[in-house]
Parts: sequence; C-alpha cells; structure tokens
Amino acid sequence: MEGVEKGPVTEPELPPGRGELSAALTGYLRGTGPLPDDAAIADAAPFGDDLQLALYLCYELHYRGFAGVDAALEWDPELLRVRAALEQPFLAALRAEATRHEHADDALDELLVEPADGRGVTRFLRDEGELWQLREYVAQRSVYHLKEADPHAWVLPRLWGRAKAGMAAVEFDEFGAGRAERVHARLFADLMADLDLDPTYGRYLHESGAEALAVVNLMSLFGLHRALRGALVGHFAAVETTSSPGSRRLADAMRRTGAGPAAEHFYREHVEADAVHEQVVRREVVAGLLEEEPWLDRDIAFGVDATSCLEDRLADRLLGAWRDGESSLRASV
Amino acid sequence: MPDNPVERSRRIIARREGPLLVEGPVEVVLEDGTTVSSERFCVALCTCRRSRIFPWCDTSHRRHARAACPDADR
Ligand SMILES: [Fe+2]
Ligand SMILES: [Fe+2]
Repeated sequence: MEGVEKGPVTEPELPPGRGELSAALTGYLRGTGPLPDDAAIADAAPFGDDLQLALYLCYELHYRGFAGVDAALEWDPELLRVRAALEQPFLAALRAEATRHEHADDALDELLVEPADGRGVTRFLRDEGELWQLREYVAQRSVYHLKEADPHAWVLPRLWGRAKAGMAAVEFDEFGAGRAERVHARLFADLMADLDLDPTYGRYLHESGAEALAVVNLMSLFGLHRALRGALVGHFAAVETTSSPGSRRLADAMRRTGAGPAAEHFYREHVEADAVHEQVVRREVVAGLLEEEPWLDRDIAFGVDATSCLEDRLADRLLGAWRDGESSLRASV
Repeated sequence: MPDNPVERSRRIIARREGPLLVEGPVEVVLEDGTTVSSERFCVALCTCRRSRIFPWCDTSHRRHARAACPDADR
C-alpha cells in the first residue's frame, strides 16, 4: 500500500521487574537466571503488579517478543509450565470475583443500559479531564490498542459457521479492511502522536499499572486457550458493546482539550464502527457460537463479567489517583 | 464480496429496536440533498432519529437507567 510511512516494527525493550516473579522472568528471558519457583507464584497477589507483569512477559512472546530475547522461547516447555502456574491464580481470582451471570444474553443486556448517574473514566475525561489525564489514559491504553484486535484473531480457527464469518468480518474492519493506514492500531499510533506520546509498540509497558496490564492479559489468556473460546467471544462482545458510547465521550474530551484531529478521529471512528460491530458480534458471533455449542453459554457470560470486573478495577485506579490530583502511572510520561 | 443485484438481493436486517443493518458499501442521500457513503462491510442505519451521526447509528437508541440524583448526566 502506498503513502503509508513505515511504523516502528522493532521488538520492544524488556521492562524492569516489579518483584520476585517478574524479575526472575526477565532474567530467564535474557538467559541470565532461573525461572521463579511455584511457592513464589502461590504467594503473589493475583491482580498485583508482579504477577501481572510476569504473565504479560510470557504472553508477549506470542505477539512481538522482546529485543534480545530468543524467539524460540515462545515454546520453551519450562516457560510454558510457569505461564500455566501464573494463569491459574489469575483465572481463579477472576472466576471468584467477577462471575455474576449464567447466561450470555443476561450479561450483555445489562451492558446495553447506560447508567444515568454518570460515573466512570470516559465521563470524567469528557466533563473535566485535562490534557495530562488524557495522556495518562492513552499511554496505559496503548498497551492494548497497539495490538488492537490481535488476540481476538486467535479464536478464528476455533469457530465455525456464522460465528466464524461474523468474527472475521469484524476483525477485517479492525485491521483496516485492506488498507494499512486504516488499521485501528495504526489510528491509535496517530492519536498518540497528537498527544506527544511515543507510538513505539510497547513503549509504555513500564509506566502502566497492574490494572492496565490485567486488561490485556485477560484477552491473551482467553485468546491463547481454545478451552476459553467462549470467554474470548464474551470478552469481545463486551468490548464492542461498551465501546461506542464510551468512544463518543472520549472524542468529545479530545475535542474539548484540543488534543488534535487524529486523537479525535480514533474515537469518532469507533463511535460509528463499534455501533456496527456490536450488532454483528451479538447477532452472528455470540448467537452463532451458542447455536453450534450451546454449552458455552456460561463461559461467554464469564468473559463479559471478567471484562467488566477488570475495567472497573482500572477505572478505580485512574479515578482514585486523579481525584487526589495524583498521577495514575508508575512513572511519568 | 460479489454483490451483483441480479444474482443476489441486498440483505437488510430489521428489528423493532436498534438500527437497520445493511450490507455495505452504501451511499445514503439525505434530505438536504447531500450524500454520505460508507465502505464498511455492514452499516448500521439509525432508526430512532436520536443519533448525533445520523444516518449512522451511534447507539443513542439505548435505554438509560433512572438517574440516581437529579443532576445526573445522560
Ligand atoms: Fe477498533
Ligand atoms: Fe470494534
């Protein structure tokens, strides 16, 4: 495709560790030390910085890897064993804390009702967000948006019929419908440039808190396990269902603060696109999967609930810091 | 996507609530004579008339929970 400047495609730097587990992981990836032991994993907080970063490091090997890290480690049996040991407490904590619905339709219907008492991050940013807060939000969201729709592509071989066709159609749209300059991850990189942030892939991993990493780890977890395909679909449906109204508030926030045209465009595009995606995911992907595999109903509902739970945790972190006039990041950007 | 109308009618999915789903690409002529178009594989056309990006749906048809306080935001 012509006219598209080359984006940065280099592998990201390994970040510093945040505790025993993640420090051991970075050492192992560099080839300088052993993996963490099971006792240390059992002691870690499931939603905490150390475990979430350790898990993120394991998962990133399936996306772009890290500079100076052997690509073959993606399938290292010892590393995969540790990854499974890290996943287990994360998934158990999610099942215990997040599960609220038994049926996909009930879980998704609840998301269709806009809360009238307007709390939440996007409302805060629309009404009173300052540029520095928008930059913090975008920096932490970049951990996901620069790989937007990537983990969801892993579910395609596990679907059939309407679910597969609908999922592929939405993914095609996410990936720019054949145009490199319209790939949503690319639009997000352009948004970052408007906000004077570095759009290099993985650049703000170190600055992002455990809550922002957990949101991405959730989709990697669901995407990499065929056994969790129902949860992946539920997660995707939850994101697409909540995105359109949230994106409108963020587009308004970008306009009010004068963030720039690309910053506004990313969210305006998502107002329109995700109003369509929501419909296709609900009617074709969710309904199609339930038709093929009705026993996945509860898993789809869990994917929706787990997404809401981790988004709420992220919102608490951001709003908690901002209401006290403090940064929500681990280091300034 | 081959869409020869001779061979295949354009499919529109209609429900009482929510937008009309139309297979794209589409061109929509508005009342002031201007034309808007979309190349998306599917478009959602607003039927509730509340959309701020009419003729496209922006999910404004959704119900709103009752406000918990009088000055609540919509
Ligand atoms: Fe997108
Ligand atoms: Fe989308």
